[in-house]
Amino acid sequence: MSAPILSVRNLVVDFPLRRGNFRALDGVSFDIAPGEVLGVVGESGAGKSMTGSAVIGLLEPPGQITSGEVHLTGQRIDTLPAAELARLRGKRIGMVMQDPLTSLNPLFTVGEQLIETIRQHMPLSEDEARARAISLLEEAGIPRAAERINAYPHQFSGGMRQRVVIALAIAADPELVIADEPTSALDVSVQAQIIKVLKDLCQRRGTAIMLITHDMGVIAQIADRIMVMNAGKVVETGTVANIIKHPQEEYTIRLIASIPTISRTGDAPPAREDQGGASYVEVSHLVRDFDMGATIVDRILRRPANLFRAVNDVSFRIRKGETYGLVGESGSGKSTCARMIAGLIEPTSGSVKVAGQDVWAGSEGARARRRAVQMIFQDPYASLNPRWRVGNIIAEPIRVLGLAQTASEVEDRVADLLRKVRLDPIVMRKFPHEFSGGQRQRIAIARALSSQPEFIVCDEPTSALDVSVQAQVLDLMAELQQEFGLTYLLISHNLAVIRQMATDVGVLHNGVLVESGPVDAIFDHPQAEYTKVLLDAVPDLAAID
Amino acid sequence: MSDPMQIAPATAPKTRWQRIVDSDIFFSYTRSPVTIIASLVALMLVLMAVLAPWIAPHTPFDPSTIELMDGFTAPMGDSFSGKSYLFGTDDQGRDLLSTIMYGSRVSLFVGFSATLFAMVLGISLGLAAGYRGGMLDTVIMRIADVQLSFPAILIALLIFGVARGLIPPERQENTAIWVLILAIGLSNWAQFARTVRGTTMVERQKDYVSAARLLGRHPLAIVTRHVLPNVLGPVLVIATISLALAIIEEATLSFLGVGVPPTQPSLGTLIRIGQRFLFSGEWWILAFPAFTLILLALSVNLLGDWLRDALNPRLRK
Amino acid sequence: MFAFILRRLLQSVVVMLVVALIAFLIFRYVGDPIVSMAGVETRIEDQEIMRDRLGLNDPFYAQFWTFLSNAVQGEFGISYRLQQPVLRLISERLPATLELAFVSATLALVVGVLLGIFTALRARSLLSGAIMAVSLVGVSLPTFLIGIGLIYIFAVELQWLPSFGRGETVAIGPWRTGFLTDSGLKSLILPAITLSLFQMTLIMRLVRAEMLEVLRTDYIRFARARGLPEKVINFRHALKNTMVPVITITGLQLGSVIAFAIVTETVFQWPGVGSLFITSVQAVDVPVMATYLMFIAFVFVVINLIVDILYYLVDPRLRVDSRRGGH
Repeated sequence: MSAPILSVRNLVVDFPLRRGNFRALDGVSFDIAPGEVLGVVGESGAGKSMTGSAVIGLLEPPGQITSGEVHLTGQRIDTLPAAELARLRGKRIGMVMQDPLTSLNPLFTVGEQLIETIRQHMPLSEDEARARAISLLEEAGIPRAAERINAYPHQFSGGMRQRVVIALAIAADPELVIADEPTSALDVSVQAQIIKVLKDLCQRRGTAIMLITHDMGVIAQIADRIMVMNAGKVVETGTVANIIKHPQEEYTIRLIASIPTISRTGDAPPAREDQGGASYVEVSHLVRDFDMGATIVDRILRRPANLFRAVNDVSFRIRKGETYGLVGESGSGKSTCARMIAGLIEPTSGSVKVAGQDVWAGSEGARARRRAVQMIFQDPYASLNPRWRVGNIIAEPIRVLGLAQTASEVEDRVADLLRKVRLDPIVMRKFPHEFSGGQRQRIAIARALSSQPEFIVCDEPTSALDVSVQAQVLDLMAELQQEFGLTYLLISHNLAVIRQMATDVGVLHNGVLVESGPVDAIFDHPQAEYTKVLLDAVPDLAAID
Repeated sequence: MSDPMQIAPATAPKTRWQRIVDSDIFFSYTRSPVTIIASLVALMLVLMAVLAPWIAPHTPFDPSTIELMDGFTAPMGDSFSGKSYLFGTDDQGRDLLSTIMYGSRVSLFVGFSATLFAMVLGISLGLAAGYRGGMLDTVIMRIADVQLSFPAILIALLIFGVARGLIPPERQENTAIWVLILAIGLSNWAQFARTVRGTTMVERQKDYVSAARLLGRHPLAIVTRHVLPNVLGPVLVIATISLALAIIEEATLSFLGVGVPPTQPSLGTLIRIGQRFLFSGEWWILAFPAFTLILLALSVNLLGDWLRDALNPRLRK
Repeated sequence: MFAFILRRLLQSVVVMLVVALIAFLIFRYVGDPIVSMAGVETRIEDQEIMRDRLGLNDPFYAQFWTFLSNAVQGEFGISYRLQQPVLRLISERLPATLELAFVSATLALVVGVLLGIFTALRARSLLSGAIMAVSLVGVSLPTFLIGIGLIYIFAVELQWLPSFGRGETVAIGPWRTGFLTDSGLKSLILPAITLSLFQMTLIMRLVRAEMLEVLRTDYIRFARARGLPEKVINFRHALKNTMVPVITITGLQLGSVIAFAIVTETVFQWPGVGSLFITSVQAVDVPVMATYLMFIAFVFVVINLIVDILYYLVDPRLRVDSRRGGH
């Protein structure tokens, strides 16, 4: 191996906090060779982003490097004065950040931001810099770059903005680019394109990449080597194939094992006794229009309403005790669907029947719905009222629906529910902020179960969780389904999760259900063009050789 | 990663006291000497005002106890009657320390009542606007916007002027203090409404509200049981700052001569009286009430400032 | 752009109409106009005749319409207390108030913005801490006490500056200005400082808070990662983004200087519209109160319109979708 571009030795980063010192990085060492792509993976709190920030000298205060060394092509940079370190940024180390929507200054055109960066690092005239900016944008795959250069960031889509950010990161031909979760905020189909742009641009220039991500799939697509991190330490480092196929460390083994894969593993879901038998949930011709903001002036002038059809004629059915998976990217209307079925958003037209009862039919439907239908939400931080004790959160459905009479009866039921989701009943006197994300999601499940529903709508129940926690929550959900004979509608953007959990699947695109049927049939032989695109974009670890 | 299918024993929940001591707010309080001092000063001033009838050295508004000849006695100076006056006396021989204690009583009563009134009104309208949205929201917030762009003092003056025209003169003296509370309260509600509405709109989108709606809970129950507790943080900050503003506003109105009647002088009235003697050398008649007012406003403002930082999750480290 | 301004203009008209309605209600129903104008001794029959002649028996909308059309023509009635046309009273005193407001607004804006930027960029320095502490004292000091304090120090003790009035004025057409005489300028100093201090602290704290907020954003972090020097980041990027919200609120703050002048004018016996208003409130001189309300509302509406246009010019996001939701 030639002399490394970046060499980090025993890096320690401390955050002096009120309850004592927090050691965010604890003796991290690694090298990146010229032109190499090093993938850094780990779950939240592993210290992977911190490593990137420490290298480029942008630690958020009060974080500070307490010991260790960072060398860039042999030159020690962690001890450089702030001004000199600033001169390295952009010129020798570029950076791509997670959220393209907030990385660009909204008040300056894309061109202004590119040109100022280029001229900061290169002795070019305004015109030369502009020419270079246009060619960078073209390279990053922005169509009509010469025109678009005068546009403001908000005039670009998320994926396009991330291309601009990449163009900015490599504007001065740095030797190393640190990409911190560059695709996490993007849809699956856009993700793949962005990864390709990043890889192409860097390969052409021989730029090394330090790719920080929680998504093993992304790493598998692009990286040469993987560094696994946990709790501020490096767990192990190795080639992609080695780490994925033959992980050595206990932590890595469990991490790899908990990643759901899109290919069929283990048993296929139990075969159905009666094909097309009685359906428990029946969704027919569901439509929802949103009024895209008519102002008072519009209303007075009786202008035609500016309607947006979020869900367009969606129909499917779920048999009792089974799981129907609904996949789609952001804006596909899948959450709107979920909310209409659960009873939170009224459909413009169409019907939802649960056990034969139309849930949107007057007060009778509403009453039936409240008992029979429950929901588990995406963000466990927002779905539990932070000012309520856990016991009261879980007891609310019991109290409101009058399922138990005395206070001690309510408490017994809450304790029972907590045990069902594998939590110690003593926690009912605590507040939500005292729990981790996975634990909170269990509390949310306990609340959903407390009204003894038969049908639960799960809206992205694990997308806010780390993979290992995701696996636990999914296991719990599957177990509870067995135990209570629950019927699930599982909404997810993660195709692998759907494959592992669902019997049937529907693919939603721009509010239209483009395909619906048994999960194996659709994943193995997709018919709709969009389903193929979606499936192709998913990186599969099993395909690594 | 312990075995997920086992129930891990949890630690015991904290007691209420532990919760307070462990909280970030309490921590930041103990780390801020300025805040501690400010809260002590505020507490002292409030106690002084509340307990005035029992601890004041003189009863300044009882004509039988006032020695007219003691007028203009300097602080600690010799008085005609031989009584001692710590802060001196005013032109009518009233003990300044006592008038200040009774004066802060009026100032604080008006300040607290007006803030409470503004708070209740602002929270209710803000919750309604934020939760219901639509036309109701547009109307309430437009009114708040327009009102916010006018200085509170102007609104209060107008309300005061209108009330004067509507209330028969013989009843004006009794109603003056209530008119004042109404005027100051009405001029401060918009700030509460705007903040509560903003927070409510954020909270409304959160899924704990969806979970409650799923159960068919009445909107009023959702707003009061679920949303309200979550908007109280910012409200507390505004309430504190608003209290300081209300005290200053009351003082300003009384100074302008449109506030409380002279029979019930507040700090502002005392300053108005004292101003007349500033140029003739009797500085204490102005200085002590003014100093008390500043101390009161400053300590409350300091508390509000600290509270804003302590409750700001982004500044919490 | 045109549609945007038109929409704003329409909103302004609505606001003015609402304020006019309030002013009319005050004018018509607070106290009895006839008794106030003619005195209590007038015979009931004569009062009835006057009532009829003044249209006070007309239907409500007709009276409001008359009130509105009079107002548009500058006809605001006669002051009960001074028995003079309200328009003349206000326009005589307007120059004094506008000159005072202009000087204090400029002072507040320049000093407030500069101090705000400084305290945000040097957030941890000792001087910033001191400025912030002083500003908190400034917010806690009632304007009238600042005025009294300044008078005591500079007029009574040091005798450098006059303690009241406008000094000598020069008439330029209908406008009497104090800018052109030595005593006029000297008289302006203390009231201007008094009036500007409160706004200054507010603007400073606002600029500081907004700038700190902007400095925490991702795009500033990314600008650092791009290797831009601190100067460019602070004064090109952060400052421009800070100015967007600051323009709105600052505009309104400056407008309120005119209304805030009420207190300052009283303390310094400044012959402006503010002191006219306060004496009118004390005397329940309803026509002056109602007119002053409309005058202030008009000032705010105009400032609001200017602010909106500025906002529109600074923020490109507005130029594309000019629909600003729920602001």
